[in-house]
Amino acid sequence: MQNHPVYTDNDPQTEYSTLNLGPTHPATHGVFQNVLQMDGERIVSGVSTIGYIHRAFEKIAEHRPFYQITPLTDRLNYCSSPINNMGWHMTVEKLLNIQTPKRVDYMRVIIMELARIADHIICNGVLGVDTGAFTGFLYMMEHREEIYEIYEEICGSRLTTNIGRIGGFERNFNKIAFDKIRKFLVRFPPVLREFEALFNRNRIFVDRTKGVAAVTAEQALSYSWSGPILRATGVDYDVRAMEPYSSYEDFDFEVPVGENGDVYNRFLVRNEEMWQSLRIIEQALNKIEKEPTDIFHADVPAFYLPPKEEVYNNMEALIYHFKIVMGEVDTPTAEVYHAVEGANGELGFYLVNDGGRSPYRLHFRRPSFINYQMYAPMSKGMLLSDAIINMSSLNVIAGELDA
Amino acid sequence: MGKIANETLLQKLTDKFGEQVAQTGADYGLLTVETNKEVITDVLTFLKTDAALQFIFLTDLTAIHYPDQEKQIGVIYHLHSLTTNTRIRIKVFLTLDDLHIPTASTIWDGANWMERETYDFFGVIFDGHPDLRRILNVDDMTVFPMRKEFPLEDPNRIDKKDYFFGR
Repeated sequence: MQNHPVYTDNDPQTEYSTLNLGPTHPATHGVFQNVLQMDGERIVSGVSTIGYIHRAFEKIAEHRPFYQITPLTDRLNYCSSPINNMGWHMTVEKLLNIQTPKRVDYMRVIIMELARIADHIICNGVLGVDTGAFTGFLYMMEHREEIYEIYEEICGSRLTTNIGRIGGFERNFNKIAFDKIRKFLVRFPPVLREFEALFNRNRIFVDRTKGVAAVTAEQALSYSWSGPILRATGVDYDVRAMEPYSSYEDFDFEVPVGENGDVYNRFLVRNEEMWQSLRIIEQALNKIEKEPTDIFHADVPAFYLPPKEEVYNNMEALIYHFKIVMGEVDTPTAEVYHAVEGANGELGFYLVNDGGRSPYRLHFRRPSFINYQMYAPMSKGMLLSDAIINMSSLNVIAGELDA
Repeated sequence: MGKIANETLLQKLTDKFGEQVAQTGADYGLLTVETNKEVITDVLTFLKTDAALQFIFLTDLTAIHYPDQEKQIGVIYHLHSLTTNTRIRIKVFLTLDDLHIPTASTIWDGANWMERETYDFFGVIFDGHPDLRRILNVDDMTVFPMRKEFPLEDPNRIDKKDYFFGR
C-alpha cells in the first residue's frame, strides 16, 4: 500500500466533507450505508449503519416448526441459498440424531458446491465490474444461469431455493438434472480459465487490487473473520476440512490460502475455490453412480413427509403426515451448534430446543454480519475507490448481514 | 494437535477457577460450562491465551431468555480453538435487574458488533464496550424484541381476529 499521511478526526487544520455512501448506491451492491468523513478522495473515518432490511428471522423462527424455517434461511445469503438450506437441515438432523444415506450426502455436496460456485461467480464478477472490467461479469453470468437451471430442475425455483427437507430431498434428481450438471462441468472450466486469463495478470486489475485493504491473519482472527477472506490472509480454516459434514471427508480437495489478505488474494482464493468445487462435484457424481439410485432421503417417517398419494391410501403415512403437520412429534431437549462452510464464511446455527415443535431459540452465526464489522475501521486512510472494491471483495450480502 | 477431550478441558478450567466454572452439559460432544460475570473476562482470556488451549476464535456471542428462571438472561459464547479443532460453549446467566456483564471486545475486536446485537435484542449491557448502541433495530426502539414477552405480532391489531372470519 502507498504511504499516505495519517489524518485524525479532530485536526483543526482540515475541513472534512461528509459522504453518505448508501443506503442504496449502485456501487455497494445491496443496502449498506456508510457515513464517511472525506478529506478529498481519502476516507478519514467511517460509521457503518446496518439493519435496513432486518426481518427478525430469529424471532419468527421461534414460532415456526422446524421444516418451515428452511424458507427463512433462503433469505440470508440469497446468492447461495442451498448452502443455508442444507446447513439448517443438517442442524436439525444433528439434533434428532438422523443419519443420512451416503447418496443424500453426495447430492447435498453437489448442490452446495454449485451454490458456492454461483456465489463466487457473482463476487469475483462484480469485483471486475468495480475495477472497470464488465466483460468477465457478463461472461460468467451465463454460467450462473446454468447453475440456476440445475436448481430449477431439482427444486423448481431459482433464487430462494428451499431445496431439500429434513432427512434428505423432497424428490430425486432426475436425468435432466444430472445431464445439466455434467454439461456444466464441461462448459464452465474453459470459461473460468478464460476469466482467470482476463484478470489474474491484467496490469490494470492487479494495480487496482494488489495491496489494497491488506489484512493480517491476527487482525482477521481477532475480528472473527471466516471463509475466503480469512483464507486470503493465510489461515487455512475451512469448516469442510476441519469438521467435515455431509461426508466431505470422502472427497479429495484442497483449501486454497493467500498470503497478504488483500483484495487480489481474496480474488485468487475464490477463483481457486471454484476449481476445487468443480473437482468435488465431479467426484460426487462418480460416487453417486455407485450408490442405489432410488435413495434420496433418510428413513425417518416421523420427520419426513410421506408422498401425498400414500397419505390417502396408507394408514401409517396418514398418521405421520398428521403428526408432522400438527407438530405432534417429540424432539429432544438439547442444544446444538452446527456450522457449514458458507460461500462467505462459517455459517453457524445455534439451536436451543425445548422439545416443542419450534425452536426455543435459534441464532444464526452469519458470516456477513461478522465479516462486515471491520469494514469501517479498515477503510480509514483508504481511497474511496479502494473502499468500493474492498466492499465487493468482502462479499457481504445484505440479507445475511441484517437477517 | 488433536482435539482436546472434554474432561481435560474441564479439568484445566476447574484447576484454574475452581467452583466458579461448572459443566452444565455436553450435548453432541460440545462442552458447555457455566460461569459468572465476575470471572467471565478471566475465563475468556485464559482460554484464549493458554498455550495448550488457544481458543483464539470467537465464533459466536448471543443471548437467550428464560422467563421462568431466577436468572432470566443467559449470555452465550461459542469459542473455537483452531489449532486443536475444539469448540466450547460458555454461559453466563444474569438477573433482569442487573444486566451488566464485562465486554469481550477488549479480548476480540469481533465481539463489538456481536455484543451490540445482543444488547439490541436482549438488553444486556456490556460494561466497557466502546460503542454500545442498537445495531439492527431503529435507535428509538424502547423494548428488547427477542425477549419472550415481546409478541411476534402487534397484540393490538384486530384485522386477524377470528370473528372477522365467522369463527
